[in-house]
Amino acid sequence: MGLRIVVFLAVLVVVTGSPTVTIRPEAASEDTSAHPNSLPETAEETETPGQQKVSIVEELEEDVMATGKLNPNHYPAQRAAKVVQHYLNTRYGSPYRVFFLHRVHSGNAEDVADSGRKYQLEISVQDLISTNTEKCSAEVLFPGGEQQRSPHVQASCEELRKIDTKAQEEALYQQYKTNPSLLAAHLPDSYGHINPEMKPFWHLGAVASSFIMLNESTENTLFNMAQVANVTQLATENDQLRFDYHILLHEMVSQDIIHWKLQVSWSPSGGVKVLQMEQLPHCHHCEKPPNTN
Amino acid sequence: MKMTLECWMLGLFLLINSGLTSHSLGEGLQSTWRYDYTKYHPMDEIYGWMEDVERGNPELVSSAVYGHTYEGRNITLLKLGLENSEGREKKVIWVDCGIHAREWIAPAFCQWFVKQIVDTYKSNKKLEQMLQNLDIYVTPVINVDGYIFTWANDSTRLWRKSRSAPPPESSCYGVDLNRNFNANWGMVGVSFDSCANTYCGTSPGSEPEAKAVMDFVARMVKQTLCFLTIHSAGQLILLPYGHPEISAPNYNELVSVGQAAAEEMKKVHGMNYTVGTSPQILYPNSGSSRDWARLIGIPFSYTFELRDKGEFSHLLPEEQIQPACEEAYAGALSIITYVHDKAFNNGTPPNTAVTVMGFTSLFRVAMTIWSTFMAVCLTAGVLV
Repeated sequence: MGLRIVVFLAVLVVVTGSPTVTIRPEAASEDTSAHPNSLPETAEETETPGQQKVSIVEELEEDVMATGKLNPNHYPAQRAAKVVQHYLNTRYGSPYRVFFLHRVHSGNAEDVADSGRKYQLEISVQDLISTNTEKCSAEVLFPGGEQQRSPHVQASCEELRKIDTKAQEEALYQQYKTNPSLLAAHLPDSYGHINPEMKPFWHLGAVASSFIMLNESTENTLFNMAQVANVTQLATENDQLRFDYHILLHEMVSQDIIHWKLQVSWSPSGGVKVLQMEQLPHCHHCEKPPNTN
Repeated sequence: MKMTLECWMLGLFLLINSGLTSHSLGEGLQSTWRYDYTKYHPMDEIYGWMEDVERGNPELVSSAVYGHTYEGRNITLLKLGLENSEGREKKVIWVDCGIHAREWIAPAFCQWFVKQIVDTYKSNKKLEQMLQNLDIYVTPVINVDGYIFTWANDSTRLWRKSRSAPPPESSCYGVDLNRNFNANWGMVGVSFDSCANTYCGTSPGSEPEAKAVMDFVARMVKQTLCFLTIHSAGQLILLPYGHPEISAPNYNELVSVGQAAAEEMKKVHGMNYTVGTSPQILYPNSGSSRDWARLIGIPFSYTFELRDKGEFSHLLPEEQIQPACEEAYAGALSIITYVHDKAFNNGTPPNTAVTVMGFTSLFRVAMTIWSTFMAVCLTAGVLV
């Protein structure tokens, strides 16, 4: 009996106290018949006992972006946090270092000058390779205005721990410097497999993609790299390895797959740079111009 | 002489093979042990597997073709259920996978789900009891044309939509089937551009795949307790509705049951699944199968977005099939058990479909008692 009480209390906490449950004002009422927005019962409804009443706010409001304290699990904070991931990869990423958004702890959004939007976030990111997680504080500014411009990001992380990737980076660099022969396609392949030798080039593709994803991000997008369609190594120049990448990005809101061609340079000391970038047509089967969501 | 030896060997081989397939290894498990559930399978293998599972487990499994795709292929489901000795009316659970072609982990999960039930129901009293009260309808692949297209070559792997012909003045194929259902169709989160990946079609149910589901499920709506539609990726459990200004009358219960499922999923391999409506945790959308199911009166309707959170997205590595399916199974079972226990309390089934009355505080207490009952049962290890 004592156990049942303990479990009952635990379940009560779980059922009622979860931070991810947001009861919106129109849904808070537990008695649908007293709900101000219920549809009145009609003859049709009583004939089908399974039919449920639906609450509809009379004026369908425009999708107003959340402002003030944000629910960390909801999409506005999540999308802004993803932009921080892209930023960190452009700054610190390498063939042996790729960051991924792990969790959003808290967030705040406000309108700023010139119809811009500023987010303040506390997040954790995870290094895909070492699996270490780091806490970061970040600010993301989505500029307003007619033309879509790239977001600005500031971020400081606890200690982007220098896991010693130097040795691995140096080895990779030396291996491919003198004999630029890399040629690979479909990383990962249709089954999600990546040849272990090719993983660093998949990572490099992810880091290079981050430059694009950072540039293209808005409050209405969520980007991930879907696949490296192919990568070809070019001649080494200025001691930088150089590659031509054909990359597929996945944009969550439109569910589009977007093709980009990038020319990328990398060396352990020079870091990752995108020298050229070009978006490829949305669908080569289609005659319509690229769909920009 | 040589010919005869080869003939003997061939004959022996055929004999062994036919012996294995025609003799039940006790529990009819042989139709599940040969199939590799930790690999992705092309459509012809899935069709073959469905036949094998049905043939190998006739007391539990039957199949039905309930529609045809645009290109004329069968849309097939497996019905899992046991005879119910009292001749009571059975309630229905609906599970579908593969509305979106590239989400390969979803059909993999439907196959895993069936295997798990087939393999464990005889030794799991609770599961056996539920199967006596419920028929579970599982469609491993709804968008067969799209799924087959993703297997065509490396450049088609990320196709999402169906393969219906382009509308006039367009050269783009396919409709996003999960925007084509008759639920606030065309209102939000869709495109009317046939080249877009969220193209909602020419009208609600214009697509044969969506229409097949709606026609079939509508006939059983009064008995249907729960509608689960499986997708990837994102690690989310989505509840109705996709429209930001519309909420289901049993929103609170949908959330708590979803949360309970997410907790069960996390216990398996530590993965977090976020629970909420699509406009909260993903994006607004309309015309989804989940919304349609809730709208016609099925009280519990969820979209499962399985692994991962963007590292591989739809190209989930095969080595993750097992863990992804194990946690998804725990989540699905959690919801199925809840709706079963709610409908079948003390062996007196309700006369009508589950009608959600106004949420009074009394109902809340009743619900917490049910949750406690479930939690106690789970901790006592009665349920799977």
